[in-house]
Amino acid sequence: MNITINKHQQDEGIVVLVGGEIDAFTAPKLREEILPLAEGENKSITINLKDVSYLDSTGLGVFVGLFKQLKQHDGELRLIELSDRLIKLFEITGLSNIIDISAHSEGGGR
Amino acid sequence: MSEVMDYIEMKIPAKPEYIGVVRLTLSGISSRMGYTYEEIEDMKIAVSEASTNAVQHAYNKDEGGEVIVGFGIYEDKLEIVVADSGRSFNFLQTKSELGPYTESSTVEQLAEGGLGLFLIETLMDEVRILNHSGVTVFMVKNRSGERDNHDTTISTHETN
Repeated sequence: MNITINKHQQDEGIVVLVGGEIDAFTAPKLREEILPLAEGENKSITINLKDVSYLDSTGLGVFVGLFKQLKQHDGELRLIELSDRLIKLFEITGLSNIIDISAHSEGGGR
Repeated sequence: MSEVMDYIEMKIPAKPEYIGVVRLTLSGISSRMGYTYEEIEDMKIAVSEASTNAVQHAYNKDEGGEVIVGFGIYEDKLEIVVADSGRSFNFLQTKSELGPYTESSTVEQLAEGGLGLFLIETLMDEVRILNHSGVTVFMVKNRSGERDNHDTTISTHETN
């Protein structure tokens, strides 16, 4: 019932590795950690979700907030290495048409 | 209509840190009943969304309180009730007060609750919402497909 957040600066932008469960308890921590990364122009953020075992609307809300902030400043957001469960969640909410996501089986990062 | 076989109720403080505990309990009950992985994951989201709503509702009213989660176990389905009133409630009575499911009442709720209620409706087979002093979300997941047999079958061979 916890969350891990590891940030790395790479050539193509910031890569954040998130692990654990994202729910009403941990989503505020995630928001606090990643929203400041979107400050400034042309920021590129990649979030690797391969170790996320649980996600619900509270977590989706964090990604939507981050996406909106990045878009306003010509930045971009990519969510990579999603499990089938996470893909399903993005698809039924329609967010897969808005946010750039890629599946775990594709090797991620496309 | 099948009769409820067993009923389990838990009461948590209306705080987000306990929503994971509700999920764990649901996992235990639903895997014991033989639900598939996908069905269990669907229910975990639905019960968390309902609990999140209840916790936030209690927070907004600034009165702390408790969230009651009830699990009605049937042969072929699981009924889950999430109520944000601090009072304990009568499962069968609450169920009868809910009345028939109507399309309009839940769509109204959807506008208020946003994505959370949308997910509950999408992932569960039946959802009813009762507005009284608090909010009660009543939801059902049918158990489909092959049952994983968690019971230990003991064959007895009587040789008289």
